Amino acid sequence: MKPLSKIYTALILLFLFAPILILLVFSFNGARSTSVMSGFSLHWYEELFRDYQTLGAVRNTLILAVSAAVISTMMGTAAAVGIYRLRNRYLRVALDTVTNIPMINPDIITGISLMLMFVFVGRLFGAATSLNFGTMLIAHVTFCLPYVILQVLPKLQQMDKALPEAAMDLGCTPLMAFLKVEVPEILPGIVTGMIMAFTLSLDDFVISYFTAGNGFETLPIRIYDMTKKTVTPKMYALATIIFFVILALLLVSNLMDADTSENMKKAREKKRARRRNTAPSQTAAE
Amino acid sequence: MKRIFAVLLAVVMTLGLCLSLTGCGGGNAKTLNVYNWGEYISDGSEGSLDTIKAFEKWYEETYGEKVRVNYTTYASNEDMYAKLSSGAVSYDVIIPSDYMIARMADEGMLLPLNFDNIPNYQYIDESFHGLYYDPDDTYTVPYTYGVVGIIYNANVVDEADVGDWDLMWNEKYAGNIVQFNNSRDAFATAQYKLDLDVNDPDTASWDRALEELKAQKPLVKSYVMDEIYNMMESGEAAIGAYYAGDYFTMLDAQADSVDLRFYYPERTNYFVDAMCIPSCCQNQELAEIFINYMLSEEPAIANAEYIYYASPNRLVYESEEYAEELGEEAMEILYPGIDNFSELYNAYAYQNLSNDLLSYITSLWETLKIG
Repeated sequence: MKPLSKIYTALILLFLFAPILILLVFSFNGARSTSVMSGFSLHWYEELFRDYQTLGAVRNTLILAVSAAVISTMMGTAAAVGIYRLRNRYLRVALDTVTNIPMINPDIITGISLMLMFVFVGRLFGAATSLNFGTMLIAHVTFCLPYVILQVLPKLQQMDKALPEAAMDLGCTPLMAFLKVEVPEILPGIVTGMIMAFTLSLDDFVISYFTAGNGFETLPIRIYDMTKKTVTPKMYALATIIFFVILALLLVSNLMDADTSENMKKAREKKRARRRNTAPSQTAAE
Repeated sequence: MKRIFAVLLAVVMTLGLCLSLTGCGGGNAKTLNVYNWGEYISDGSEGSLDTIKAFEKWYEETYGEKVRVNYTTYASNEDMYAKLSSGAVSYDVIIPSDYMIARMADEGMLLPLNFDNIPNYQYIDESFHGLYYDPDDTYTVPYTYGVVGIIYNANVVDEADVGDWDLMWNEKYAGNIVQFNNSRDAFATAQYKLDLDVNDPDTASWDRALEELKAQKPLVKSYVMDEIYNMMESGEAAIGAYYAGDYFTMLDAQADSVDLRFYYPERTNYFVDAMCIPSCCQNQELAEIFINYMLSEEPAIANAEYIYYASPNRLVYESEEYAEELGEEAMEILYPGIDNFSELYNAYAYQNLSNDLLSYITSLWETLKIG
């Protein structure tokens, strides 16, 4: 059984990483080909840094993803708190379901319906063009919101209801109780929601495609548009860089996680030690 | 906690500031919105001319005014058409292909050009006047053109078998042939082979082409679009039809064991991509100045060298510098010296088909792919 499971793990890792590895290798190809290797070269990296259209698209993508993540996190957290505080159970379930609809909806339907709405509203106000960065941002916030709510709501439900009450008993105003007690408690959910919103916005193609106006091109759209001729290995170089940046971020965040869990472990041990001192019989039973 | 909120607030405010700046586009600078195919303009890579930047600079020097070119790309005529007809965006210059130009002109989506602003139009070869999509030369200035030919690997294919479209139906090379993965192009190969009209409104003619494609199917390795580059370069496939300009891209990257060659069948497909001004244009004169600039010598040559498709511009194909850069073989293939181009073009190029016929073709195509 042991070797079999090892082979299985190896296969899964292979399927996950072989495409990235191939891309990485071909980003160093000397020739234009994406199938025939002809020597090592940094040529495509050089070309990439000279291609200001692509770099502009990267910048646009990042601006859009950061603003969409920040806005949807703030709105989503507020919405989750609102849903959590609802007294009426039926209303709460109904709202929960409604926020989930955009998540289950196919991207293409969200994209087209958003575009139609923007065009309709634009015509209503007599604008010559209705799609621009703003509409794209609204679209991205729209599809990121449910994911943030989905991350924050369970954290609120896990929280001890007595905590904010205790804070207010001890003299906090409701706002202070929220900021000083509830927010730190649900912070992991908020952060996860923001990261999810960021990544979703970063690699969205379909919805961006329908809601993009002139002049604001994101990276996925730019790569798609290259398919009349071929996608140049420049894009391989770019993907390689993005891969390593994300890998570095992941490593840092995992290290930090490990650090905090280490601290928590130490704290727990301390607690246990203290308990052992006060109630030795209990530890013996353990 | 306060600090986190302060940081968030600061981020949001700076973003807002950035947005308001980009929104105004730097105050009084004029903006020109250009919508073109992806990778279809010389963009400064590999030491080429950066056409867009060069235009902005040239415009400022000539007119003493700043202009900002907002350059966006699309992947197909249909994408471009969908975006424009939604009415949600406005572009000043677009570069669609022939059949799409005909359709857009029919629907009143193009503006007639004022050729007084485009004096460089005189350099466009006579044979590109009066083509079917714009019979009176009112809407368009040709940008590139191309002809479909057959690419084969001479290490696999016997020279004796080379000739016309029959090579793609030759049983000797079963499993080595790639066919277009798009109904119009695939049907056209069969139609040219059988000497049928590629724009025939009669469904019977498409049924016959389908029979021919069905007969070819057991020989076909796969139906491809731009995967053809990799397959031909690596020798995975040995025979396939594609545009002459793209053959050189494959030739540049072929593996050592592969020897790619190219020829034109007797009847084949021609396309022209042309610059037009859509009716949503905000500044027609500026758009015409841009079109005129694209026809002038330096940018026209840079674009032709970058795109590697043939140029209808005399300043390009008569330029010695350009001929030297491309080399003799490429010049011969890209410019086969067609005297009666407009005649062949009007006979063999794709024209816009009725929606009923298009959906009929789609259903035939599905029976071929599934059956």
